[in-house]
Amino acid sequence: MRVSMDIELKDIPGQLLLALKPVSEFKGNLISVVHHHEKRTPRGTIPVQIVFETKPENLNNIISKLEESDIGIARIDEKRYFEHGAVILIGHIVHTDIQDTIDTIDNTGYAEVVDLNLSMPKINTPSSASLKIDAVSKAHLESAIELLKDIASKKDLLVVEPIKSELGVI
Amino acid sequence: MKTVRMSIIGFGAVGQGVARVLIDKKEYLEAVGLDFRVVAIADSRTAAIDKNGVDLTAILYRKQTEGIVGPEKVTGLEIIKEIDHELVIETTPTDIVTGGAGLENMLMAFKHGRDVVTSNKGPLAMKYAELMEAADEGDSRFRFEATVGGAMPVLNLAKDALAGNTITNVEGIFNGTCNYILSRMMEEHAPYDQMLAEAQELGFAETDPTYDVEGIDTACKMVILANCIFGMNATHEDVTVTGITKITPEALLLAQNDGYVIKLIGEVNDSMINVGPKLVPVDHPLAVGGSLNVASLQTDLSGPVTVTGRGAGSIETASAILSDMISIYRE
Repeated sequence: MRVSMDIELKDIPGQLLLALKPVSEFKGNLISVVHHHEKRTPRGTIPVQIVFETKPENLNNIISKLEESDIGIARIDEKRYFEHGAVILIGHIVHTDIQDTIDTIDNTGYAEVVDLNLSMPKINTPSSASLKIDAVSKAHLESAIELLKDIASKKDLLVVEPIKSELGVI
Repeated sequence: MKTVRMSIIGFGAVGQGVARVLIDKKEYLEAVGLDFRVVAIADSRTAAIDKNGVDLTAILYRKQTEGIVGPEKVTGLEIIKEIDHELVIETTPTDIVTGGAGLENMLMAFKHGRDVVTSNKGPLAMKYAELMEAADEGDSRFRFEATVGGAMPVLNLAKDALAGNTITNVEGIFNGTCNYILSRMMEEHAPYDQMLAEAQELGFAETDPTYDVEGIDTACKMVILANCIFGMNATHEDVTVTGITKITPEALLLAQNDGYVIKLIGEVNDSMINVGPKLVPVDHPLAVGGSLNVASLQTDLSGPVTVTGRGAGSIETASAILSDMISIYRE
């Protein structure tokens, strides 16, 4: 997941290094550091924004380390999913266990079904549904859709997926 | 002035379109120094032959009134074999199971060293490598822009206008019938069967629509692109195909609410050939309506290049054939 953090540093040498060390120590991948040296907070500290990617289980360790080093954390924003995709399903969606279809995506750990719209015009005629899927990355979104296509073909459902250029894979 | 003696083998909508554009564009062709002299025309039953050039207007009239092109009882294959000429326009109907008469006609033309321009997809989708080899052996020139996307230039765009670029992916709408049905289903919120019936009534769909709506026609075009642009040796059996018959008006509405339209998209690159209904964002260049065709070529130097145009029709297809004819013989 990607974490964006506003931290506050004392205006003495070596503070920035101290703040970034825990991120690398717990194998985080630093994306950006914006150091507002010309600004001061009301507390007299220097505001710094850092953005990094890390495994969710390491975030608390990083926070504890920062706190141990006496670095103030003003805000933490974590976001797990960056890619959003939509697919349409057509067929006997409910009767082929829609819960199982959704669970298969949710259980991947890298993608989730976040929205479902279902249209069931008449008994015994095919239903249509739109599914929104959030995923960690473009590649993960693509594999989630592939997985959905596998399940769908076993359940005789038609999957209408976005064109390749929309998925950003070409 | 360069005189090119030619035959038109197959005198249905496309063959007749070729005759019409040759009449209409006579002055244009003279201006570029070309005199296309049609020495023989054959339909499935009859033929007209004159080594000094047949009367195109009279034959068009006869075909429309009597349903035949002339008095002779010779076949297209015999004409290609016996009559001395340089160029064969092969416009017989497509047969994707065997390649049909078109395949025999083309092979015979190459055997006698004649050039071929065709709109007939079947032979190219079935026996691409064999045809290329035969054309090479006959030292014949072989052009088939009209097989993919009708008036819309795709093959010549990739081969000539975008020469130097590596094409990494092609995707688009290559069947006007499917595009018409899906566009109308969305507009009217009507079921597939109803809009198919409308398309048939307006002449946008055949009485037996299987070839179009099951995606077979698009698959054949993708095979030609795969072979011609990506250097594969594929046949239509190598394509994963899903048609549009299962699409519901509810699915189109749900897609629309999410900012998409559903289109039958053909897609090809060096590792796969695929035809199926896909979601296209409403503001994407591929989201063209009506019966239009569209193709987007992904290139390494130029990025995406997209063309759109009429994918079928007698004169439109003849336009692609004429352009191939001119590009072969123009100095």
